[in-house]
Amino acid sequence: MTTAQNVVEVRDLRKTYGDTAAVDGVSFDIHRGETFALLGPNGAGKSTTIEILEGYRRRTSGEVRVLGADPERAGLDWKARLGIVLQSSGEVGAVTVREQLAHFAALYPNPRDVDEVIGAVGLEEKAGALIRKLSGGQRRRVDVAVGIIGRPELLFLDEPTTGFDPEARRSFWALIRQLQGEGTTILLTTHYLDEAAQLGDRAGIIASGRMVDLAPIGELGGADARIPIVRWVEQGGVREERTHAPAAVAAALIDRLGGEPEGLEVIRPSLEDVYLDLVGHEHADDLAPETLTETRA
Amino acid sequence: MTAPMTATGATGARPVPPGLGSPLARTVRLGLLRIGYEVRAYFRQGDTVFFTFLFPVVMLTIFSVSFSEASFEQTADGDDITAAWFFLPAMLAAGVLLSGLQNLAIDIAAEKSNGTLKRLAGSPLPVVSYFIGKIGQSVVTGVLQAVILLLLAFTVFQVPLPEEPARWGDFAWMFLLGVITSAILGIALSAVPRSGASATAVVIPITLVLQFISGVYLRFSDLPDWLQSVASIFPLKWMAQGMRSVFLPDELVVLEQNESWDEPGIALALAVWLVAGLILTRLTFRWIRRDS
Ligand SMILES: Nc1ncnc2c1ncn2[C@@H]1O[C@H](COP(=O)(O)OP(=O)(O)OP(=O)(O)O)[C@@H](O)[C@H]1O
Ligand SMILES: [Mg+2]
Repeated sequence: MTTAQNVVEVRDLRKTYGDTAAVDGVSFDIHRGETFALLGPNGAGKSTTIEILEGYRRRTSGEVRVLGADPERAGLDWKARLGIVLQSSGEVGAVTVREQLAHFAALYPNPRDVDEVIGAVGLEEKAGALIRKLSGGQRRRVDVAVGIIGRPELLFLDEPTTGFDPEARRSFWALIRQLQGEGTTILLTTHYLDEAAQLGDRAGIIASGRMVDLAPIGELGGADARIPIVRWVEQGGVREERTHAPAAVAAALIDRLGGEPEGLEVIRPSLEDVYLDLVGHEHADDLAPETLTETRA
Repeated sequence: MTAPMTATGATGARPVPPGLGSPLARTVRLGLLRIGYEVRAYFRQGDTVFFTFLFPVVMLTIFSVSFSEASFEQTADGDDITAAWFFLPAMLAAGVLLSGLQNLAIDIAAEKSNGTLKRLAGSPLPVVSYFIGKIGQSVVTGVLQAVILLLLAFTVFQVPLPEEPARWGDFAWMFLLGVITSAILGIALSAVPRSGASATAVVIPITLVLQFISGVYLRFSDLPDWLQSVASIFPLKWMAQGMRSVFLPDELVVLEQNESWDEPGIALALAVWLVAGLILTRLTFRWIRRDS
């Protein structure tokens, strides 16, 4: 099923717990060398999907191919080609950063240089420290380092930058770009949409276990989603108009209203706006924006 | 995250991934590597060092000091057998149980629930290498523990140690077979606790009861026959008997069941438990519960 270009193929994947579906008929491909971002709200089914691809969980139904194999049946040679950064890092025994990386390096046939990887995640000064004595963000960097030490062909990153400070996040992006330059295929989940926009080639947005959109990052939400919005206040109510010519609309408003329109804004929908639109309908109830507006009014 | 990493090979052309090589050689090589990794981490763990590693040493000291006036038996020459002498074999056997079964059952249950095994499951580490690492950790720490016990008994409590090489030969095979069996049973038992937090509560009562009925803390010869027979089902009784056969004078054989050290019985009981442990491990061990 896996073609030369597809490193991951997922068809109609389903995973149920009791009678709730954590993943409910998801399909997508990841091409060789591509970075694919899986986006969606908490509980959408991202980690469940990733862990099925990693071989950690059994699927209820559907077809999955990862590097040409079924993750439920793949062996050690297959694992040697993967890099995994789990959402929750768990604990590590009493070992230092360098010991841990050297140990994991020894498990892979063609590992990266331990000190280079320590440098790449910015832990030179902590190389001799016990991992359990590191800060949360530093421990997360060890997870990333362990994920890439084996020079993976396919790298799974489940919310890798949780707890990173802004600078660490930037250098993480640089690291990922370097891996991309070497041809690594990456599956990334994140709640930071700027991160997805920076790193991703294509993205799938899932909500409640279903794929609500799947497109190159710049095209999510369809062609109309990024049309600018002109917003103003007229007769006490908020009005808005989607237009490719916001300046012309504003000029026409000035003519019609005979002056500066109240509360005039031109909004170019960001990836975040597009994303919220896409997952919005399903989660509007949870977030209860009406209640918020009422309290403010 | 600053220094760029060097890429190997020409950019763009990804080298064909090298295979992992011969599975057996790789399993053994990584197993040996795991032993080093495990032993280092073990000794950095203050609480295990105290409660597992030094526990028999502490107990031997307590017994020797508390019963320093008491005489347990007499040798054929009419010399008193001190408490230290009498309890040395018992504590050696207890050490085997603690370094193997108790240590590993708790340790692996904890690694299962704290994510260590999940991490390893995602790596190309053969599960047998992981076991070799754990068994090796038990052997290394068990041997060190035995050396400390013997040194303490010999130098501080003046326990006469055997001079015949044959006895040390018996000690070597019994100790090794015992510690390996104990370690494998620990791996098998690690499947029982539902979480790392409950592991101690599940494992300690088992090891404690075994120690009481197998002649570690109480004199085996004082136990009623039926309890001796119950204890004979479990490996610790045989381990303790084996250690007595090495370190107590031969005339004390009259205190044993059937008035015999029964070396073939020791070998058989330990070997049967070893095989049972392997089968249980094969049936129950999982890196992770796949459906959780
Ligand atoms: N082991 C499990 N047993 C029962 N339900 C589960 C289990 N694992 C996940 N779920 C449910 O499946 C759904 C998807 O969970 P999942 O962890 O995949 O979400 P996610 O998209 O990764 O969310 P987050 O952004 O918070 O990490 C959730 O509703 C969760 O409660
Ligand atoms: Mg998740």
